[in-house]
Amino acid sequence: MRFTRTSKALGIVAIAALALTGCGGGGSTGGSSTAAGDPNKVITAYSNEPQNPLLPANTNEVYGGRVVNLLFEGLRSYDANGKAVNALADSIESSDAQNWTIKVKQGTKFTNGEAITAKTFVDSWNFAANSKNLQNNGFFFESIAGYDDVSAVNSVKGADGKTTTTPAPKADTMSGLQATDDSTITVKLAQPEADWSLRLGYSAFYPLPSAALTDPKTFGENPVGNGPYKFEKQGSWVHDQSITLVKNADYKGTREAKNGGVTFKFYTDPGPAYTDLQSDNLDITDVLPSNALKTYVNDFPDRNATKAVATDSTLNIPGYNPNFQGEAGKLRRQALSYAINREEIAKVVFNGTRTPAKAFAPPVIDGFKEGLKGSEVLNFDPAKAKDLWAQADKIQPYDASKPLQIASNTDGGNKEWIDAVANGFKNNLGIQAEIQPFAKFAEVLNLRKSQQLPGLTRAGWQGDYPSLYNFLGPVWATGASSNYEKYSNPEFDKLLKEGLAAKSTDEANAKFNQAQEILFQDLPGLPLWDQARPIVWSNNIVKAETGWNGEILYYGITAK
Amino acid sequence: MIRFILRRLLQVIPVFLGTTLLVYYMVFALPGDPIAALFGDRQPPQAVIDTLRSQYHLDQPFWVQYGLFLKNLFTFNLGNDFTGQPIAASLARVFPVTAMLAVEALAIQAIFGVAFGVFAGLRRGGWFDSTVLVASLVVIAVPTFVLGFVFQLVFGVKLGWAKPTVGANADWVTLLLPAVVLGLVSFAYVLRLTRASVSENMNADYVRTATAKGLSRPRVVLAHILRNSLIPVVTYLGANLGGLMGGAIVTEGIFNVPGVGNKLYQAVLRSEGPTIVSIVSVLVLVFVVANLLVDLLYAWLDPRIRYDQ
Repeated sequence: MRFTRTSKALGIVAIAALALTGCGGGGSTGGSSTAAGDPNKVITAYSNEPQNPLLPANTNEVYGGRVVNLLFEGLRSYDANGKAVNALADSIESSDAQNWTIKVKQGTKFTNGEAITAKTFVDSWNFAANSKNLQNNGFFFESIAGYDDVSAVNSVKGADGKTTTTPAPKADTMSGLQATDDSTITVKLAQPEADWSLRLGYSAFYPLPSAALTDPKTFGENPVGNGPYKFEKQGSWVHDQSITLVKNADYKGTREAKNGGVTFKFYTDPGPAYTDLQSDNLDITDVLPSNALKTYVNDFPDRNATKAVATDSTLNIPGYNPNFQGEAGKLRRQALSYAINREEIAKVVFNGTRTPAKAFAPPVIDGFKEGLKGSEVLNFDPAKAKDLWAQADKIQPYDASKPLQIASNTDGGNKEWIDAVANGFKNNLGIQAEIQPFAKFAEVLNLRKSQQLPGLTRAGWQGDYPSLYNFLGPVWATGASSNYEKYSNPEFDKLLKEGLAAKSTDEANAKFNQAQEILFQDLPGLPLWDQARPIVWSNNIVKAETGWNGEILYYGITAK
Repeated sequence: MIRFILRRLLQVIPVFLGTTLLVYYMVFALPGDPIAALFGDRQPPQAVIDTLRSQYHLDQPFWVQYGLFLKNLFTFNLGNDFTGQPIAASLARVFPVTAMLAVEALAIQAIFGVAFGVFAGLRRGGWFDSTVLVASLVVIAVPTFVLGFVFQLVFGVKLGWAKPTVGANADWVTLLLPAVVLGLVSFAYVLRLTRASVSENMNADYVRTATAKGLSRPRVVLAHILRNSLIPVVTYLGANLGGLMGGAIVTEGIFNVPGVGNKLYQAVLRSEGPTIVSIVSVLVLVFVVANLLVDLLYAWLDPRIRYDQ
């Protein structure tokens, strides 16, 4: 899932240290009679207006995502630790990581009574992948054979030199996707992918009732799903105000609701939400205003929790910058990394709400390994930094005519840590460094895409599904969708491909970790910190927790 | 009179074109691709981006975009915002809320401001006068957002007299706290304007005449002093109504009021030209109508003022 503007803000704002955790669980003040909770009480939760109609394959931002995840249940779901467990799938099997057979649980229904069969999934996936349906997450099906035909587009170069891409599917269904009977889906991938089944819990893979396929826009206003919750009534989504969900009594599964429903109240700013929580006018939030980061543990004793989330943050160094090319460039990138005092910045600037990064992927992901070869560049070592910088200058002198700039949007509290990093470069390397400020994220993104940023840039990545590959492939593989600095190393690509083709997850993870070692050699970006997300709740709630990606597990909340 | 109103309404046209053009151009000139900004680090397929771009005419030059906006406006079809919601529907949602807030704030500042101002002006230098002068100075000096947070904390969280935020289903009661905050600064100005005006008119010849004729004190104060003192106050209140409608961004933010200010703020963040300009268009109309009403009130307040030659 991408970083929305808001989630960037919350990335900065809502992250607290593992050290601070204390994991304030347990009903605090309530007597024993309330400990079991009231299963019928509706809780209120912080959110904001979803940016798209609520279709799973079209929802790629956090505020729509949290609603969709509660309305739908897929073949698999992720438990609190990010482990994928079967949900609507009875079994998912493959002998060669390329041909998959999925057995679908029989007898489940959407809340409108429509039965869910193998065909439901096949139709939903074909719909999502079809380019003319313009689903934001359509590319999640790219591994399936026949995706290229279904998702085909037509690119026309206009008179002004700009290309315009329009959908032009050559087929309506993916050839590799079949429903052989009511309970069996067979999937042929274009190439072997060991971690493919891990993706099946992601929202793009949720089943859709037939009404959604014929009129997605209308459906997206009043979605009908099969998850632990359903819309309270037609029009439960009051735009710019709230969305009200109630428990789906027919839902049988691992995510059964322990409360009567969830009302998402929309806030344009986390400040009022925090005030509401202090007066029990709101029950839970996962976004804290930045000035509350120091105080939330005192403001909500026994009513807060903090857990590591699967996000990455890096400082990317574009390959087109002449100062960072060739052997000298490599040494300079290492020098920059050694010159960042991650420990101190995490402590001072983030009030100890972040921890120094240990690799390119976050530690919460299965297969994460600490101490990868080359990861010593993440240590703070000014002497070594100076030394490497001097060595690089011998090979090719540094062009110091312009200061080294670090591009970032300055909303959401980025300026402080970038100033700290720039000062580290100044003091330890003796070069001029400064922030290149932008008012808005979009400006930075545009310049990154068109390769026009003169210096370094801040980058962030939040995982779609809990797999090492998801933190490496989309960001660093050649030509990948979010590889804006256009890093390319055939060896890295090869290791990723081998990892995908591996027979077992362990084998695959070993390859992915090898691929990370290549990244540590090349340092196309400098890993900065790992994040954790604090949540706080009101006196109306017994206990709450977040999942692997920082999303609150709303269904598990018990109200007093 | 009718000719005067017509003339004023005709003036709306160039004002309207000018402001929308200016605002639309400023939004257009904002750097960054608004469609790409909708998605962040994980970009959707290019076909999605291009389709959205052509749907919102962002691939067209400025004049075409502005022309299409005007055409839509005159056919009463404002189109959709970037989340796919009809702009007309969201305006219909946010304007009543903000109108309620503005009317409530205006009522607070008009009623209390004028009343306090009259009392202070009539007894200039007295203890009441000195107290409200100092108090109003404090109110003017403290920024709105500080007042907002303090009121929210004291009355919303600590005392629990009011809900600290408004949220969905805004009504007169839930909007009272933000309305007080919003109205307070202007209240101080209204008070001071009324006070100055009243204390000046108190010594006017016609007041002495009225008193000499044997009119009762309330009659002298209300019909002679107050009515003649109201012109600057009414001018200020009229101009203020537009400001209250559009300038409540800070207050609406603090109290999470689902009104015009919040919508405008979000639209600016997303560089949504059509939404911003639609809101501004309505605000222009509000401004113009409010000023027209003020001008018409002048004649009632001071019969010497005539509109037609």
